[in-house]
Amino acid sequence: MSTPSIQFDRRSFLKVTATTGGGMMLGLSWAASAAEISEAPFMEAMTFNAFVKISPEGVITIMSPNPECGQNIKTAMPMLVAEELDCDWSKVVVEQAGLDSTKYTRQVAGGSGSTPASWKPLRTAGATARQMLISAAAKRWNVSASECSTSNGVVLHTASGKKATYGELATEAAKMEVPKDVQLKAVKDFKIIGQSHKAVDNKKIFTGKQEFGLDFKREGMLIGVVARPPAFGMKIKSVNDSRTKAMPGIKQVIRFGNKVAVLGSSTWEVLKGRERLAIEWEVDTKLESSADHDAKMAELLTKPLEKPQRKDGDALAQFEGAHKVIESKFEAPFLPHAPMEPMNFFADVREDKAELIGPTQNPGSARRAAAQALGIAEDKVSVMMTRMGGGFGRRLNADFAAEAAEVSKLAKAPVKLMWTREDDMTGGIYRPACHYLYRAALDAQGNVKAIHVRGAGLNVGNPLRENNFPAGALEHYLAEGHNQPSNITTGPWRAPVHNFLAFAEQSFLDEIAEATGKDPVQLRLDWLAQAEKSPVGSVPYKIDRFRNTIELAAKKANWGKAPAGVFQGFSAYFSFNTYVAQVVEVTLEAGQPKIKRMVCAVDCGVVINPEHAINQIEGGLVDGLGHAMFSNMTFKDGVPDQTNYDTYRVIKMGDTPPVEVYFVENELDPTGLGEPALPPLSAAVGNAIFKATGIRLRKQPFSLNGLRNV
Amino acid sequence: MAEFTLKVNGTKYKVEAAADTPLLWILRDHLGLTGSKYGCGIGQCGACTVHINGESMRSCALPVSAVGKAGVITIEGLSKTGEHPVQQAWHEVDVPQCGYCQAGQIMSAAALLKKNPTPSDADINSAMSGNICRCGTYNRIREAIHVAAKKVKS
Repeated sequence: MSTPSIQFDRRSFLKVTATTGGGMMLGLSWAASAAEISEAPFMEAMTFNAFVKISPEGVITIMSPNPECGQNIKTAMPMLVAEELDCDWSKVVVEQAGLDSTKYTRQVAGGSGSTPASWKPLRTAGATARQMLISAAAKRWNVSASECSTSNGVVLHTASGKKATYGELATEAAKMEVPKDVQLKAVKDFKIIGQSHKAVDNKKIFTGKQEFGLDFKREGMLIGVVARPPAFGMKIKSVNDSRTKAMPGIKQVIRFGNKVAVLGSSTWEVLKGRERLAIEWEVDTKLESSADHDAKMAELLTKPLEKPQRKDGDALAQFEGAHKVIESKFEAPFLPHAPMEPMNFFADVREDKAELIGPTQNPGSARRAAAQALGIAEDKVSVMMTRMGGGFGRRLNADFAAEAAEVSKLAKAPVKLMWTREDDMTGGIYRPACHYLYRAALDAQGNVKAIHVRGAGLNVGNPLRENNFPAGALEHYLAEGHNQPSNITTGPWRAPVHNFLAFAEQSFLDEIAEATGKDPVQLRLDWLAQAEKSPVGSVPYKIDRFRNTIELAAKKANWGKAPAGVFQGFSAYFSFNTYVAQVVEVTLEAGQPKIKRMVCAVDCGVVINPEHAINQIEGGLVDGLGHAMFSNMTFKDGVPDQTNYDTYRVIKMGDTPPVEVYFVENELDPTGLGEPALPPLSAAVGNAIFKATGIRLRKQPFSLNGLRNV
Repeated sequence: MAEFTLKVNGTKYKVEAAADTPLLWILRDHLGLTGSKYGCGIGQCGACTVHINGESMRSCALPVSAVGKAGVITIEGLSKTGEHPVQQAWHEVDVPQCGYCQAGQIMSAAALLKKNPTPSDADINSAMSGNICRCGTYNRIREAIHVAAKKVKS
């Protein structure tokens, strides 16, 4: 298994692939004939299109259309194709496809959507190619196709003992009619799916040969950095760039909007050049501070919402007559994404076209934003994705790609714009800060009669996922979410909204269990049974799947039977159609809680590449732990207080406890794993710490509560 | 601007650059060795880790003028075939997610094993504390270092 280097030059790429002579180019549209496709392999418009290329030598090339940001989709997607193609995985070569909306749909790394969206189309693509290879063999041997079978890249005719490899059949197979309805394998017949396969780019990564966006280089390109306003709400008053322009290696200084680009031939020179810019900034709108934000969100939590996001029964009436009310507030800060590779993009903008190359989770939006910034049609903009040094949602935005395009246009030169870590951390688009108020009304017997959640977030849109469990289980349930506009920019951050809502929600369920003397796992199971017996309103989760996941986590972690001195916390959450339940174990060392073990059960349907699925889930828990414990982004007069990894603390190896991952086994269609493991983790940690210390953590990061030594 | 002679991965290079240019940018911009990554520029994340005289160093915070005659080894030069025990172990454990930090992690791990061929978990945590993995593959990195240690031993 290997991957060739990315073909950045799209024109030569087209040429090469269009002239593969004897090879079989399958534009896998089951609606079009192969002849048409082989004549114009890249011109086919279809709703979803995967590509299989088979050389007469037997090399099978599979295109991976979605951006790779560490979710290992570049291994998983080709596995889907290869499974139904029934080929030898060791002979497969994987190529990253560029953005091409005529061939592919949903070329996005986000919303944990790559796997579910490709599950049937990519397998169908593989099965279609396989069927054509069978047809070619049947024709060659003058036998019925139904008498032929395939195995590991070979077509067989058992009765006559004839066989031919896919490579031998490729040229003829390409001319076969494209079958319309192909049979997909049953889950039990999978040979590639469900078995662990190593990441296809491993060797390049381990030897320093893997190209990320920042590594891209083209002869004649300029390297650029941009000076941006130092505070949200500021703009340029004046610029004096004479000291910068006088420096060696500086080629151009370009003011555009409220930014100044410094372009030159090497990174260090442009960084020093930028330092020497004399820019006067002035207040444009308003300079906001974290204290203002906190006060505003606290105020909003006192206010009802005219049109609640969800209202089952009459929760407020239940609170009026309640025997007891439990009430808690939870707070979460803004967070930068801080991917290891800071934002960057290459752009080469010419008179009437633009070429963009770089790390993006959403090349389609990069193309759209660049076209808009340049005032040209979208079909004049090409986008090639490089492997990303992390994404976490930051690269779903197109600001950095459009900015590179804008600068290249003004510079009349190919430009690679790079953001320094400080640019990246202070440049905006954060996980929004949110506060939540949770209330539960109890009757004299300790039964929960109603739950009320009210959220308030800055630039969050809807701070709730109002149909979350335990909605559906309770007769009276009220969910109200406020949005507070701010000039601090926000955007999706791994498991948007869920990533903090789950903490508030799952911590509060623990508080309810504590207040009513119930076991936290049993409380959830009881409510699921209640939702099953007499459901209230509609809910997105399936009760049996949720129950199985909760029970699996409890069983694997030996829930409730921890040895003396080990304290357990539980949390369970459904997001992105995936069910997750977690148990975290904490001990006390010199009075400080120490996280010893994290156990996670997951129902994501069929597991495609187990080792990578486990890796993704492990990462979700570790990421969730780090942000719950340490990470904090605050502002003073519009200026971010944290600028780099010295002031913005992320999780490190010594903070990382062992993680155990277990899957609920079933044959259901797979769901995504990039996001769902993260949201519940911080509540499992907080709930365990409560058991250990009696301290209920309601504000993140937990380090603010004087906790260290996790 | 001044001229510097560097020995990187066994090859001598002459580069002209400002004396305060960090070694990282010399490697990446001047020599085209982009395996060492930029992550923070202040020696906090470890993505730029190289070996200088066998010691792991943060190339982003080391001026080229301070390198002198010392031999620099980057990820590209860690082994000829990419089969250093650490590289093999990384593959066996299938460590990476995004992969951006892994060159630095591998360089730090290789330097650790040279000094301490049988590190404990605590030794590993300590030696690797300057290498950030934002994807959270720390448990796999730790495991891979143990796997590599066994390979070195045998």
